[in-house]
Amino acid sequence: MSTKEKKIRVLIAKPGLDSHDRGAKIVARALRDAGMEVIYTGLRQTPEQIVETALQEDVDVVGLSILSGAHSTLFPRIMQLLKKKGMTDVMVFAGGIIPEEDVPALKKAGIKEVFGPGTPTSTLVEYVKNNVLK
Amino acid sequence: MFDQRKLAEIKKQTQKWEGTTVPNWLRRNPERRKNFETVSGIPVKRLYTPEDIKGMGYSKDLGFPGEPPFTRGVHATMYRGRFWTMRMFAGFGTAEQTNQRFKYLLKEGETGLSVAFDYPTIMGYDSDHAMSLGEVGQCGVAVSHLNDMETLFDGIPLDEVSTSMTINGPAPMLLGMYICVGDKQGVPREKLAGTTQNDNLKEFFAQKLCIFPPKPSLKLSTDVIEYCARHVPNWNPVSISGYHIREAGSNAVQELAFTLADGIAYVESTLKRGLKVDEFAGRLSFFFACHNNFFEEIAKFRAARRIWARIMRDRFKAKNPRSMWMRMHVQTSGCTLTAQQPANNAIRTAFQALAAVLGGTQSLHTNSFDEALCLPTEEAVTVALRTQQLIAHESGVTDTIDPLGGSYYVEALTNEIEECAMSYIDKIDSMGGVTAGIEKGFFQREIADSAYKHQKEVERHERIVVGLNDYTVEKDWIPMDLLRIPPHVEREQLARLERVRQGRNRQKVKQSLDKLFGEAGKNKNLMPSIIEALKAYATLGEITEVLRSVYGEYRELIVV
Amino acid sequence: MQVFLTEVTEVQRLVQGVFRGEKRAIAKTISKIENNEPEAQKIISLIYPKTGKAHIIGITGPPGAGKSTLVEKLAKELRNRKKTVGIIAVDPTSPFTGGAFLGDRVRMQDLSTDDGVYIRSMATRNHPGGLARATKDAAHVLDAAGKDVVIVETVGAGQSEVEVVKVAQTVVVILAPGLGDDIQAIKAGQMEIGDIFVVNKGDRENANKAVSDIEAALELNTEERDWRPLVLKTSALTGEGIGEFVESIERHRAYLKKGALDVQRRAKAEIELIEALKQKITQSIIQDLREKGEWVRATDRILAREIDPYTAAENLLKGKTKTS
Repeated sequence: MSTKEKKIRVLIAKPGLDSHDRGAKIVARALRDAGMEVIYTGLRQTPEQIVETALQEDVDVVGLSILSGAHSTLFPRIMQLLKKKGMTDVMVFAGGIIPEEDVPALKKAGIKEVFGPGTPTSTLVEYVKNNVLK
Repeated sequence: MFDQRKLAEIKKQTQKWEGTTVPNWLRRNPERRKNFETVSGIPVKRLYTPEDIKGMGYSKDLGFPGEPPFTRGVHATMYRGRFWTMRMFAGFGTAEQTNQRFKYLLKEGETGLSVAFDYPTIMGYDSDHAMSLGEVGQCGVAVSHLNDMETLFDGIPLDEVSTSMTINGPAPMLLGMYICVGDKQGVPREKLAGTTQNDNLKEFFAQKLCIFPPKPSLKLSTDVIEYCARHVPNWNPVSISGYHIREAGSNAVQELAFTLADGIAYVESTLKRGLKVDEFAGRLSFFFACHNNFFEEIAKFRAARRIWARIMRDRFKAKNPRSMWMRMHVQTSGCTLTAQQPANNAIRTAFQALAAVLGGTQSLHTNSFDEALCLPTEEAVTVALRTQQLIAHESGVTDTIDPLGGSYYVEALTNEIEECAMSYIDKIDSMGGVTAGIEKGFFQREIADSAYKHQKEVERHERIVVGLNDYTVEKDWIPMDLLRIPPHVEREQLARLERVRQGRNRQKVKQSLDKLFGEAGKNKNLMPSIIEALKAYATLGEITEVLRSVYGEYRELIVV
Repeated sequence: MQVFLTEVTEVQRLVQGVFRGEKRAIAKTISKIENNEPEAQKIISLIYPKTGKAHIIGITGPPGAGKSTLVEKLAKELRNRKKTVGIIAVDPTSPFTGGAFLGDRVRMQDLSTDDGVYIRSMATRNHPGGLARATKDAAHVLDAAGKDVVIVETVGAGQSEVEVVKVAQTVVVILAPGLGDDIQAIKAGQMEIGDIFVVNKGDRENANKAVSDIEAALELNTEERDWRPLVLKTSALTGEGIGEFVESIERHRAYLKKGALDVQRRAKAEIELIEALKQKITQSIIQDLREKGEWVRATDRILAREIDPYTAAENLLKGKTKTS
């Protein structure tokens, strides 16, 4: 009866010490321009901080941006914490410099998709819209 | 520079050409687009003639190499005397691994060292800090204490090389370590040659590796400048950088303007210490990117030298010509390289390197073609180094100085870039300078907007990136061998760190850290007490922690 | 029947979780309310009886005054005094794209690992007045979850921000010296709603002048009010004045407790009733009119200039009361 007002809430996060935020900011802006509510964590976030933010903000999607090579350690940690907090309905995608050979393991850990350098923002927007789990 | 009558004649003829020949041609062959612009939005005309540079005076605006305003080059003989330093940015894994890569590159003909540190080191964390987990040795070499530094330069005599270190917040500590290594090797401090990036201002809006808030960061940068002026006179204490500003998304004019504004801030800060401008200005160095628009980049380098010379002479009243010269290091652009069809990157890098050479750089790093995929393999970095050697030995462009000088286009573009950059500098001045601009989020906004604009242009196919949004392939060739850092590297580094902690005199460490704390509280130059702590094998993390406790940590002003 | 039971169980589970202060339950509940989901009203009905204990503080003021940074300092000080804190930070939704950039949380990083603080960012979703439609109810959720203090930070667009009075018991107006026209910022509107005025960035040179300017304006501006608004200076940078800030909030709370709180509460209850009625009317009556086609007919007539909107509304209501 009442009109449901749902917006897609997205957390764009920079785990670890990587300080390259050009891409993360562009993605945040593009998702906002596509009508989503976006929270950007800023730099140097621990897995605990990212998951806590995702929890309190009840986000639908988490986008992880990393170019430092530390994804192999940090991403599985983040996915573990999300699982522990019962947040398996959050869709997690990643981007940055993540070698192809690492992608299968990340997907196995629960990352839905990994986007390489050069991915158009329109692709990301469509992907998020079509793959929100909630 | 030109005869008035002849100019008028040329103008008439140009108009005739534009009125008849061109339209006839356009009727059958329209141009590729309506408007042509450089990356910075400067309109690019169909043709340039003397008319476009008629106001220029040769002596005033161009001059001669080795003399102000240095437009055509900072040295009188440039590459006829000596090529630019071929200085390849390198670092990964442990100090031993990087030491190997240094030796390889020197063997293959590089003429200067350049150190890439890992993220924990850059942020002043030891390899065993909680924030260092998974990051040790990944994007650079892990250096947590003097022993690591000694290993890094093992077998490399510091009086025979020059070393550039990309380090900002902890620059005093890493320079301190380098000095200690030199001391141990018996090299007098006056003979140490190299550069510390030590440009904390740009961290706040570009590279984002800020540890402390702006005021103390500027203080630490100035400590290094002052200390080197007095004790390490052949060292370039700061590399005022535009590279990171550009890579964060700015255009060429913004890159130049913001870098020069930072330079002005460092000069002002050092003058406040009581030094005279001619005592330190000669050792200020600069670092720019080189992107794809060939002539815009060349013009940018030439404009940079001219503007800086004028600023030093007019604004800061420098007397020594060496205080007015702008020596630069250039790195070809990382963000223009693609993960798609990586072989193309070798060619992009080649063109960018050529532009840097034609622009008169003193030092050059060329990126490897696997840049967008991972750390450079030995093969990839060799090709990158060879790119420079090919230009130096086979192209002939190094046989004369500033060969593009006098080109109507290049001179017009140099003038235009100078004008646009100066307009930004005036704006920054009116805001109250760089620190005020940082607080207001001015630079961050400009950069974020330029970055977004660029992205949109690529997505709308207004800007073609070969292999990415055009000329794509179904089956791409991706190099099979990527340089990966295995987990045991982190374990080894931690083991070494533990050994160093165990093997040192704890009393001495504590005393030196307490002394540092005291000096920091009294606003003294911290270099001497940092060196003392390093010699006692206090770790980088321990020293940074002391500084953090005094200065606090920076909280980023986020502008998207 | 089965479905109904399952729904109630899920709602009950969520509400029980809220009462226990469980973060996930709080998060989900706020989302359901924000999204106006069918269970939202049921949830509010179960939660409402447990509200009324928290001290709700509204923080408003122009952009650039340092609201978020000051909220962080305030929360930390409250935590030092062993209070639990809920924070709702509101940012504007773009009228063009419908999206929003929720950037307040990132300025409160120090609180991110404190279990005693819950932070939720909300977009206005085009609701006017500086807050989101769901902000009031989100504050109720945090209240029912046992938070001692709930801080609501408005969008900060300036003088039009008066929604905060409907939600907060104590309204704090944050200003900063040199933000342009200090007196402009404290013109009517904000002058009347503020219980406490804070000049932030108090380490700046014209801070003291700003304090006296505000005090002068208060002399002129406020009609007879029982509570004389407090004016103080803080510096989120140095920590100066934060202790006094908390004390001034507690003073206002003490004042409210003496009786004014009941008056205020009654007024707020009436406002909430009016809001709820408005929502119900919109939902039920308009929905009904749409279904019956009367809505379109009325709109067509207005477009054709056959009738004005007020007469049209009157006719529709008359028609409604006739048939009901």
